[in-house]
This record gives sequence, C-alpha cells and structure tokens, in this order.
Amino acid sequence: MTCHSHFKSLAIAAAIALPLSGLSIYSPALAQQTVKIGSVLSVTGPASFLGEPEDKTLRMYVDKINAAGGVAGKKIELVIYDDGGDANKARTFATRLIEDDKVVAMVGGSTTGTTMAMVPVFEEAQVPFISLAGAIEVVDPVRKFIFKTPHTDKMACEKIFENLKQRNFTKIAMISGTDGFGASMRAQCVKVAPTYGVQIIAEETYGPRDSDMTAQLTKIKGVAGVQAVVNPGFGQGPAIVTRNYAQLGMSATPLYQSHGVASKSFIELAGPAAEGVRLPAAALLVGDKLPDGDPQKKVVVDYKQTFEATAKQPVSTFGGHAYDGLYIMVEAMKRANSTDAKKVRDEIEKTKGFVGTGGIVTMSPTDHLGLDLSAFRMLEVKGGDWTLLPPGT
Amino acid sequence: MLAALRHRYGILLVLAIVIAVLPLAFPSSYYFRVASLVWVSAFAAIGLNILMGKAGQVSLGHAGFFGIGAYAVAIGPTHLGVPSLVALLLGCLLSALLAFLVGRPILRLKGHYLAIATLGFGVLVALVITTESRWTGGPDGMSVMKLTLFGWRASGSDTWYWITGGLLLAGTWIALNLDETPTGRAFRALHDSEIAARVTGINVNRFKLQAFVIAAVYASLAGSALALMNGFVNPDQAGFLHSIELVTMVVLGGLGSVLGSIVGAAVLIMLPQVLTVFQEYENLLLGAIIIVSMIFMREGIVPMLSKFMMGRRA
Repeated sequence: MTCHSHFKSLAIAAAIALPLSGLSIYSPALAQQTVKIGSVLSVTGPASFLGEPEDKTLRMYVDKINAAGGVAGKKIELVIYDDGGDANKARTFATRLIEDDKVVAMVGGSTTGTTMAMVPVFEEAQVPFISLAGAIEVVDPVRKFIFKTPHTDKMACEKIFENLKQRNFTKIAMISGTDGFGASMRAQCVKVAPTYGVQIIAEETYGPRDSDMTAQLTKIKGVAGVQAVVNPGFGQGPAIVTRNYAQLGMSATPLYQSHGVASKSFIELAGPAAEGVRLPAAALLVGDKLPDGDPQKKVVVDYKQTFEATAKQPVSTFGGHAYDGLYIMVEAMKRANSTDAKKVRDEIEKTKGFVGTGGIVTMSPTDHLGLDLSAFRMLEVKGGDWTLLPPGT
Repeated sequence: MLAALRHRYGILLVLAIVIAVLPLAFPSSYYFRVASLVWVSAFAAIGLNILMGKAGQVSLGHAGFFGIGAYAVAIGPTHLGVPSLVALLLGCLLSALLAFLVGRPILRLKGHYLAIATLGFGVLVALVITTESRWTGGPDGMSVMKLTLFGWRASGSDTWYWITGGLLLAGTWIALNLDETPTGRAFRALHDSEIAARVTGINVNRFKLQAFVIAAVYASLAGSALALMNGFVNPDQAGFLHSIELVTMVVLGGLGSVLGSIVGAAVLIMLPQVLTVFQEYENLLLGAIIIVSMIFMREGIVPMLSKFMMGRRA
C-alpha cells in the first residue's frame, strides 16, 4: 500500500467511526452537586441574531450566579445546543436534553417555530420550559409547564392602537411582511383593532426579501381617509418601507413601525426618512434615557453594561429575554429551595413583581407571560436617535 | 455479513437485523428519536436515489414533495376532517400527480437546466406553504394530529422507531426489486446514455417521468411519516436547504446504491448530534467531514467501501 492509500483508508475509517463512537458517549448526570439547566437556541442560521446574544447572555450570567454560590446550594450546569433555526433539529435536541442530559429546567427556544416544536417534549416530561420566542401561541392557550418572557406581538399592536386612540385616529392602513413575524403580528393586529375602535381600511403585504415597496405604498396613498400607517415587519423590509414612504411624500401621515425593528440598525438603514416614525419597544433600548425613578432603570442599565463589556457588541432586546428567563427560573428555584422540576414550575407561576429587562413580570395560572402594556415604551425617532414619548402624546 | 450485502435479500436481512437489534443498545428514548429520523430520511433518500442514481436525473426541489406529504397529514385531519391515513394516501396521490404534471415538461431539460427547473418547483411549494397561512399556519408551521389506527394512538419515540423502521424496510425492498425489473434496467440504460437507450427502443421520456413520480411518492411518504412522528410541521421541511440535504445524503452515501442512501442519511442525521461536543466548531467539522469524504470517496461511502473490500480479497 502506498502512503496515499494509507491516508485514504484512514480518512474512510475516521468518517465511519466518528458518528458511531460519538453517539454512544453517555455521561451520567452529577445530580448531587449541580443543577442542570438546558437550552436549545438558534445560535447559527437565519435566526442567529436572536440566538447569539441569548447564548452569550446565558453563559455570562450562569457564570455570575455560580461565582456567587449557585442556586439552592448547587452550581448550575448549563447545557446549550444549537438548532440552527431548524425546528426538527430543535425537537431532537429537546428530547436529548430530557432523556440524555436529564435537565430539570429549560430556558431557550429562540423562534416561535422551534419553540412550538419543543413544547410537546417538555409538556410530556413535565419539565418547566421558559421560551424566548415572540408569538402569543406559546402561552395561549396556557400549558402547564410552558412560560415565556418576550412581550407578544399582540401587545405591540395594542400599544400602537392605544397611541392611535390618544391621537384620535380611527382609520388606518396596514402594510405587513409575509415572514413569520410580520404574518403573526398582522393577524394579532387585525384581531385587536376593533377593541380600540380602529378600522383597517387598506391592507398590503410584501415578501421578506423584497427590495421595493413603492407599489404597495402607492396603493395605500390612493385610499382616501387613511390617518396612519402601521407596518408589522422585521429585518430590512420595514426600513425599505420607511424610505419609500418618505420618497412618495407620505410623511404627513404618521407611520408606525413594530418592536421588530427596535434596533439602531433600523435608523441607520432608513436614514433621514426614519424621522418621526413611532414604534413600541422594550425599556432596554432606551435604558439611559429612562427617568431615574423608573423601576426598570437599574436592571436595564446593569444588563446593558454587563453585556456590552463582556460580549463587546451592542445590546439587543433578545439577549434581555434570555436574562429574564434565566433569572425567573433561578429565583423560582431559590424560593422553592429545591431543584425539583414540579416545585420549580409552581414557583415560576407564582413569580410576582419580577423586574426584568422586558418589563415587570407577575405571572398567574392563567397568565404564563406576566407582562402588561407598561412593558412597552412608545418611542419616536428624532435627530437620528430614539426618544421616549411622554405618555399621552 | 459482507458477502450478504451483495445479494438483495442479504441487504434486506442485514437491515432487518440492524433495525431489530439496535434498540438493545439504546440507553434512552433520545436514541430512538435519532434512529427514527435516520430511517425517515433514508426512506426519502432511497426514493431520490432511484431518480438520481438509477435514472441519472437530478432534482434540487425534492423537499417540495416531502413538504406536500407532511402538510397533507397536517391539513387533512385538521381542516378537512380526513383521517390521517387517508390524508397520507391523498398526499402521495397529490405528489404523484404533481410530479407527473410538472415532470412532463421539465424532464425534457438536461443538466443545469433540469436542476434549476426542479429547484424552482421546490421553491414554489415552499412559497405556497409559507403564504397560505390560513391553511398551513404560515411560517411558524402548524401542529399535526396524532395518527390513530382503530383506536390505537401512535405516539412515543419507540413506537415510531418501529413504524419508520418497517417503512424503511418496505422502501428498501421495493427499490432493490426495481433493479431487476425491465423498468430498473431501462433506468440504468438512461443513466449511462440517453441516446443509446433511445436507440434500443426505450421510451426515454416515459421512464424519466416514471422515476420522477416514484421518487416523489417516496418523499411524500417520508414527509407524512415525519410530520406524524413530530406532531408538527413547518415550511422548512419543504425548503431549499432540505432539498440539498436530501441530495447530499444520496451523493455522500453513493449514487445508485440503496444501502448508500441509508448510510448517507445516517451520517448526515447523526453527525450534528455527535459534533455538539465541539460546540462552535460543529459546523466547521461537519463541512470538513463532507468535503473530505467527497474528495476521497468520490463514488460515495458504500460503493467505495465495497470496492475496497473486494480489492482486499483479490
């Protein structure tokens, strides 16, 4: 045999042996000294902008908690898997967390798709699962072991409509993205509109990768009586809508964006066209602008500083959701003084007045989210930056 | 055992033994889940291999049929009140029909053109699934009612291990038998030279279409099985990346080798699970392993190994 074919057979052997040997690695849990918290996040793939800060936040704060002595006398052992945004993979990893790693709790699930795929696994195993996904389906209907931290798109709609009502606007147009975020929020907005006396008199949609929405906006422009335009959307779409909106000279009609674009990059992408755009967002985004008396100020500023100092990247609300989830879980364990899954679940449900980055959380057997509209702040873009709108304007 | 793999009943027997014996080594139902995923993917890959490996046509949109099967068992029981099993059959029928209608014009294309046309078909299916949210639940997907047969509900990883294992066995048996039929021989003739096949009186277009329809039905069935096993579906299952994954399974395992499709599926499903220990290097390693095996095992894992073994003996 030549040297070359030796290498060849070695490579073959490696390719075959690797998957076989790795799967049989089975590590028994060190249940006495540690408490295992599991997480499945979309650290890579199309949803990595969610999963990546979540992953960093969890690792960062678990180290902190452990350095301070852990929880209920035990150190936390964090098991994180990356699902790459694939719901099917997430489901497999969820099974792995339960069956193989034997976690007692779970904080994770970056997207609604992956979360919904994992929900049955945790319900069946009766292990508490705090999701980091946005859509309301996660906690509506309420499932015994499933909780979530991010505010819902329904609340974003309500916050926008509340603001419309204050300005005496009743007739609006809606232009929404057809991606998961846009479609879900659009449906919620349509549902809650009548409660606020809001009539949607024109509706348009755009694809997540469309690069021009002039046609849809021109149609909206042609509808008489539109007092405001709402754009449920995510990513670059809303920035393009905002630009086209200004180009078509529609700026006299107020434009509302959603919490989905609540990041600095939206203002950068939309440029001067973003002036005057309003949107609901979490306090985390305007931490330093909050008045000193604000109950969330300390938590939000602390998290922002810790995250930016360690991760060396600007803070995002998504990492904040992971922070909230982890601390709700840890505090429930502390209150229960136990790491028994069922006791922890009961205590999570009793969470009261927890001040997180997303708002003040008070859960109940019928509310596994525990946030109200005060979790959202109404922002307006002014001078290329966010400004906090005083209530009632 | 290796000699057995040269005969088609030998392959079936070995596969049956592997399926039957594997669970003895499983410490938890997580392993049942991973194995069931392998069986389902292998089933789809075997179908695609009939089209790609045997008949020599390419399809970059095969996940489209997978998605149709998956959404058939999701939409049927939920919106139309059709029992799961009937929905599964309707899904197969729809896939076959679509493959027939779409395949007629596009299978006249060759090479890159055919690849692009099938790719377009896959993208279209995914697009429809994503946008028709009233029926499909949109981009976040929808949940699937559990399969009920005469009052017995199929749930649990171990149950699905046996169902998917049985399915794979049946799929393998059919694919192996196909080899020895006039149709199978016509496929191979097509693969080697279309012109030569036409000269010997083979209706090239008809057989291409036949292979396409067979592959579509395989994918549709696999999609239905996965959806029923998971209890949910989402548009990713019909997406472009899934199509590529299926093609990779076929090519990695060995074009034209039924056993290769199973090995290819096993490698691609198990690797991400095994590589989690490497954390952030996971994707890097996954890519590297695939590149290395494509360079050193150009014909695919199984054909290369069998050649290697025979070479040794000689």
